[in-house]
Amino acid sequence: MSPERRPVFLARRSYRQRRLGDAARLLPIAAGVLMILPLLWRGPEGDPGTATVMIYIFGLWVVLVGLSALISRHLRAREPEAGGTGRGDV
Amino acid sequence: MSVLNVLVLVCVCYVAFLFAVAFGADRAAARGRGGWLRSPVVYTLSLSIYCTAWTFYGAVGFAARSGLEFVTIYLGPTLIMIGWWWTLRRLVRVGRHQRITSIADLISSRYGKSNLLAVVVTVLAVIGTTPYIALQLQSVTLSFAAFAQADPEAIHLSDMQSTALWVAVGLTVFTVLFGTRNLDANERHHGVVMAIALEAVVKLCALLAVGVFVVWGLAGGIGGTLDRIEVSEISRFEVSGSRWVGLTLLSAAAFICLPRIFQVMVVENEDEEHLRTAAWAFPAYLMLMSLFVIPIAAVGLDLMPEGANPDLFVLTLPLMEGRDSLAILSFLGGFSSATSMVIVAAIALSTMVSNHVVMPLWLRYSGNAAMMSGDVRKVAIMARRLSIAGVVFLGYLYFHLSGGGSALAAIGLISFVGVTQFLPALMGGLFWRGATRSGALAGLGAGAIIWLYCLFLPSFGPSAVLPQAVFDHGLWGIAWLRPYALFGTNGMDPVIHALMWSMLLNVACFILGSLLSFPEPLERLQGAQFVDVFDHSGTPGGWTGNMAQSEDLLVMSQRIMGAQEAQALFSDAARRQGVAGYLPEPSPDFLQDLERVLAGSVGAATAHAMISQIVGGAAVSVEDLMAVADETAQIMEYSTQLEAKSQELARTARQLRQANEKLTQLSVQKDGFLSQISHELRTPMTSIRAFSEILRDTGDLTPEEQEKYASIIHDETVRLTRLLDDLLDLSVLESGQVEINTQTGQLCDVLDRAERAAGVKDTALQVNRDRPSEEITLTSDLDRLAQVFINLIANARKYCDGTPPVLTIRASLQDARVVVDLVDNGSGIPPEKQTVIFEKFSRIGQTTADGAGLGLAICREIMERLGGSVSYVPGQTGAAFRVSLPRTRQAAADRSPQDAAQASH
Repeated sequence: MSPERRPVFLARRSYRQRRLGDAARLLPIAAGVLMILPLLWRGPEGDPGTATVMIYIFGLWVVLVGLSALISRHLRAREPEAGGTGRGDV
Repeated sequence: MSVLNVLVLVCVCYVAFLFAVAFGADRAAARGRGGWLRSPVVYTLSLSIYCTAWTFYGAVGFAARSGLEFVTIYLGPTLIMIGWWWTLRRLVRVGRHQRITSIADLISSRYGKSNLLAVVVTVLAVIGTTPYIALQLQSVTLSFAAFAQADPEAIHLSDMQSTALWVAVGLTVFTVLFGTRNLDANERHHGVVMAIALEAVVKLCALLAVGVFVVWGLAGGIGGTLDRIEVSEISRFEVSGSRWVGLTLLSAAAFICLPRIFQVMVVENEDEEHLRTAAWAFPAYLMLMSLFVIPIAAVGLDLMPEGANPDLFVLTLPLMEGRDSLAILSFLGGFSSATSMVIVAAIALSTMVSNHVVMPLWLRYSGNAAMMSGDVRKVAIMARRLSIAGVVFLGYLYFHLSGGGSALAAIGLISFVGVTQFLPALMGGLFWRGATRSGALAGLGAGAIIWLYCLFLPSFGPSAVLPQAVFDHGLWGIAWLRPYALFGTNGMDPVIHALMWSMLLNVACFILGSLLSFPEPLERLQGAQFVDVFDHSGTPGGWTGNMAQSEDLLVMSQRIMGAQEAQALFSDAARRQGVAGYLPEPSPDFLQDLERVLAGSVGAATAHAMISQIVGGAAVSVEDLMAVADETAQIMEYSTQLEAKSQELARTARQLRQANEKLTQLSVQKDGFLSQISHELRTPMTSIRAFSEILRDTGDLTPEEQEKYASIIHDETVRLTRLLDDLLDLSVLESGQVEINTQTGQLCDVLDRAERAAGVKDTALQVNRDRPSEEITLTSDLDRLAQVFINLIANARKYCDGTPPVLTIRASLQDARVVVDLVDNGSGIPPEKQTVIFEKFSRIGQTTADGAGLGLAICREIMERLGGSVSYVPGQTGAAFRVSLPRTRQAAADRSPQDAAQASH
């Protein structure tokens, strides 16, 4: 009944869940870095064109929405107790 | 009919439609069939109040002035939403767990429920939001003016101020109607949320429609649009790095801290799972909202005449092209953005103002009389309503005084920087156990002062509030204190400058203050609950199961809830615990239930205080304290569970002890009875034997003597027979072989008969009765019933020691059951005897009164046979017995099990 005694290694599903949680935490950091990227661009005439950056930003946005949807859908709010779901997965 | 008239008509219809939607949603929710109201889609759409008129119209203006930089305002919230696993999940969980009503409430309850902190947050929020409301009013009036300009038929548009006033009044009415339906701020405003979700759809559709029209109708497709951008003034991506990063962070922080966003995201949240959908759907919404901004700006700059206000391109482009219906749709989009922002901001701010400013003041100045039920509720609702009106009026006043000039355009970012000052206290409170109240106050104070000095006050323009000299040479001539160049940082963008310095000082003061101060116990407890919300979500702050005096609790509850309800509640709880009578075990569950029920009458705080008065300490359970002592939590968690177990064991042991006591008492009584019955049997037997011997052995008795001795023998046999009759009666009743003669009669007659038969007339006992209430016709075995009453009245006659003894008989009808209370004014029955008085052979004390202790046992058996009960009611003026039975005895119950068994043979 105590949640303290957790095993060192997790079952496959719980392991996946943990990594998805990591991905969910890293996504905004990666997104932040990618959003700053255009600041470093230099075109032939100095600053890059608005249209180019616009397409890049909106493309990035769509990708982020997709990734976020993917991660959020599979991320469980409470990870199942390690080994507790042994019956289902072989 | 002119376009302007059509516009007014459409506007009125739209508002009426919104009212209908809000009303319908409220009704559906009230009837419990509003499942779709609680869908994640509605939640996501309601978050869109982030997009106000400032973003609807202003984004294009922003883009026309500084190109792609506008997009940072949407990128920040996108980062927050896709990072929901970090912060929002925790924020929403804490909000629901702690029943948070506003951002001020959250910060105050994190730091030991400090009202001072709540007041500071509230004041800052009001200062930051008021100009923002003014901005919404301005955008509506400007868009009206744009139509008036384009419409040659418009005779005269009454000045802008009156438009703003009408909008403000309408919004106030809407918000008061649908925002203050229920007092419990934790209850959802379904109507408001639904209306906002609808407005979110309208503004998105409007902007997309204008965008599609501009790209495919005016610019000739995507290629043409890109070409136009290429040749426009904003073709180059000339964004300063500090503004790009700074504004993204600013909008991200503001998204968490804005009171209106907090209201829909945390307070109105129905289900944490909704975040899962919002995590991608809301970024998608923001992306769509900003998709056509650059094209509209580029085409507008190209087509519109020089000097046209770029803030209104969304409206003026369709108008110029003669697309009146599209322009009206666009107007509705802007109108929606403005109204939804004002409505939610007013609700959020009014909750803060009334809960943290008005109510504490009112309670202080009205004294303790306010602790009565009903009273407080009305005052709180009124305070909420007045606050809404006050907040909207402040916005209007700001708009009126500032004259709706261009100064307002910059207010969006200024407001963002203001609310961002909450961020360190908020995030520190959620993630750092060491954050303290002093730190939060210091940080908020420092940040607010820098914001006011460097950004808010200068925004009114030079010499308006701050004299020009301060701008040029700094406060008191100190160059380091120039509002736009604090500490010598020359040439920075004012917004970024203020953001940087206010946040730096805010965070520094917050951390220093926290490190140097020592938190109070409640702060530490709350800190642990907030930071470890995912580990300790399950632990409510419950009562520890001290052995409270259930009887005291019953007496108190009777005073507050009324005797009948309180007794029903207590006997219900007792039955659930498997205890007979009216006094349940004061288990933590029962105490919590009781507190909640009492809170319905006198309010949560009073209910909590009253119970803790009787139970003693409480509230902070062992589990809660465990969370504070982190290091040894593991070991102590076990001991907590052990403690809980041992408490439960102690309760069980107490029950066992009670049962054992009862058994021992019964055994003692049985012994006592045996000796009593032997005595009772032997006394008459002895005299019968003696006198029959006299009769037999003495020959010369006079007839008088013979008759005397014979009658003595007869009397003694009668006494013996009566005793044996009683015993027989009881055993017949117990075995269920008794015959029930169902008759119909008046309760009044039965009681009359009982009173006569009990021989009250010649004694001191005075019987008080309320005859009108006894006029109840009932169908039952009235002879047996009378026997019960005779017994109870005779008991009162024998045992009541009041001077003078008074017996009060009250009858009432409760749900087709006849309830008769017989209450005397004596010293009652001591608690330790209450459990055994209905047992056989039980007699209270070594009284001299005759009887073998069978009366109440017979009464109980009779009442059970009649489908009713007789019980002892504790906590009354003296001994109180309650007889209750169904008004009409079921015919089927007439047949005892034995009869049925015989019939089947």
